[in-house]
Amino acid sequence: MIQAQREYVLRSVEERGVRLIRLWFTDILGNLKSFAISPAELESALEDGMTFDGSSIDGFSRIQESDVLAFPDPDTFEVLPWGDTKTAEARVFCDIHNLDGTPFDGDPRQVLRRHVRAVHGQGLTFYVAPDIEFFYFEPPVPGQRPTPLDEGGFFDLTTADITGTLRKQTIRTLEAMGIPVEYSFHEDAPSQQEIDLRHTDALTMADSVMTFRVVVREVAAAQGLHATFMPKPMEGVQGSGMHTHLSLFRGDDNAFFDPDDEHSLSPLAKSFMAGLLRHAAEITAITNQTVNSYKRLVPGFEAPVHVSWARNNRSGLIRVPIPKRGKPAATRLEYRSPDPACNPYLAFSVMLAAGMRGVAEGYELPVEADANLFEIDDDVLVKLGIDHLPKSLSEALRAMERSTLVQEAVGDHIFEWFLRNKRTEWHRYTTHVSTYEIDRYLRVL
Amino acid sequence: MLAVFGDPVAPELARTLDLAGYRWKSIASPDEAADDEPPEGWSGAIVDSTTDSAGAWAFARAIRRRDPGSPPLLALVSGLQLGDLDQRDDLFDDFCLTPFHPTELEARVRHLLYHVGGGVRPEVIEHRELAVNLETYQASIVGRPLDLTYMEYELLKFLAQNPGKVFTREMLLNRVWGYEYYGGARTVDVHVRRLRAKLGEEHAGLIQTVRSVGYRFGQSRWG
Repeated sequence: MIQAQREYVLRSVEERGVRLIRLWFTDILGNLKSFAISPAELESALEDGMTFDGSSIDGFSRIQESDVLAFPDPDTFEVLPWGDTKTAEARVFCDIHNLDGTPFDGDPRQVLRRHVRAVHGQGLTFYVAPDIEFFYFEPPVPGQRPTPLDEGGFFDLTTADITGTLRKQTIRTLEAMGIPVEYSFHEDAPSQQEIDLRHTDALTMADSVMTFRVVVREVAAAQGLHATFMPKPMEGVQGSGMHTHLSLFRGDDNAFFDPDDEHSLSPLAKSFMAGLLRHAAEITAITNQTVNSYKRLVPGFEAPVHVSWARNNRSGLIRVPIPKRGKPAATRLEYRSPDPACNPYLAFSVMLAAGMRGVAEGYELPVEADANLFEIDDDVLVKLGIDHLPKSLSEALRAMERSTLVQEAVGDHIFEWFLRNKRTEWHRYTTHVSTYEIDRYLRVL
Repeated sequence: MLAVFGDPVAPELARTLDLAGYRWKSIASPDEAADDEPPEGWSGAIVDSTTDSAGAWAFARAIRRRDPGSPPLLALVSGLQLGDLDQRDDLFDDFCLTPFHPTELEARVRHLLYHVGGGVRPEVIEHRELAVNLETYQASIVGRPLDLTYMEYELLKFLAQNPGKVFTREMLLNRVWGYEYYGGARTVDVHVRRLRAKLGEEHAGLIQTVRSVGYRFGQSRWG
């Protein structure tokens, strides 16, 4: 099979006149990295990998072991649908290996692959469908607040049109790259968009999220505009989330579905959900990895703040959408805290690990919280046993560093590097004197 | 192998021949036609007279003089050159006006080669607007090339080879992915969805969902 795939890739490069093949991989923080090779180098890259200096990439190697190998995954080979057809370019996602051929510990894609294989060992396939929100802005000017393309409240026909056109072009490009879109719409905030992807297996979806972010930015940049996945770019309006729908399938059957249960949820679904809830605080640093992420997770903007679940209550961390009658395959959990600035490989890994811990240990599902939690006092919530999600990156890091679950899920290398990197980020933030402070204190104190 | 007069060959012509799956060679002179001729001989010739009319007809004349038996010849002429065809009926078997419609040119080349056995054509599966070239691994819809991943290509090829037949997900999984694949039958749904996205809205219906059974390519054989 792998031989046939390689042959297919090599032949396609020749037939389509591909001039440049971009090897894509992802660093620990979820930044897309790329280097290009010529068609002449592709065959040996597929066979033996391409060596490159990993120390030039954040979180990859220590200096003494700096060389690593990028192995293209031939099933992810795609001709890129933008640019000149005469000088076509293609991309292929890579797995990173050590020179001795073992998987490289700092490669998030292989972390997710390990988790996906582990659940497959139990006869299960992990399916994921993210709803990705983002903003379009005028090109950013340093030191200035972002300018949306359509101001809230004002209905400006020409500019409102621009975001619609951008979204349509984006969807066309995504579909041409084999990333089917379920829904798309203009979100509540000015210039904010949402595009919901159709579910697929977690590894393919993580690749798709990486491609998605490139496509959205490319399409906007072609019009001289800027698209951002920053979780909370404007205060006073809602931020950008990446609600993630999760399900486990056993062959053709949705393992979360049970026709005899009053909520149609199987014991597996309940203990999976219990696992996500119990470990939610520990995995939040991964699903919400920036200082700015925590300015989205505040009351009043449709983002979750409390660790709770409900069927039809959008204030909780997990929502269980009620599937349409006779559609058991649509049974799923919607995990609502992640934001689109996360590393999708690591985020899907820790969500799966937390859920599967609940399954393995047979965790008991807490009672459903169907009231609007934003309207209940904190001390009442404490009595109900409903915790807060971490309120800052610092809190999230403290929960993560005590977590053996996360350490095992991402491996020692990523665990240590991530904590070190993020503590530095937090330290820089706490020592920064902000515009807020100057405006608030300079004159009166 | 087709001999194509024109150096370089017009991109639109090259593309049409490639997508239709013909093997061809760009030939600049009668001498080159003799030197580069494959052992089994040219199965046909296409002479593009739009850029170098005099050279093109000299080439056609040289090809026609050869013995034994000259290959069938298609001439490409622009509307203004239609007069050139007068008195030259002996030099060509068919002609096509430029700018040509790719489907028309393809049909004319196919017809041209029909009576000489058409031995140049590699295995191509065609179903209405869809063509899958098994030799080059390329698929196209209405002449537009489709960029497919390996598994998408294999699935489309399998379906197109068996039009009108209904397959369950398990059958497709076993036949296309093989038993070692671990993704489960949902994998088939996911790939069908991706294929439909790439085919585009207009042609997504080529792969039909057969309720509670599986998938079928094209119409049912019983209409």
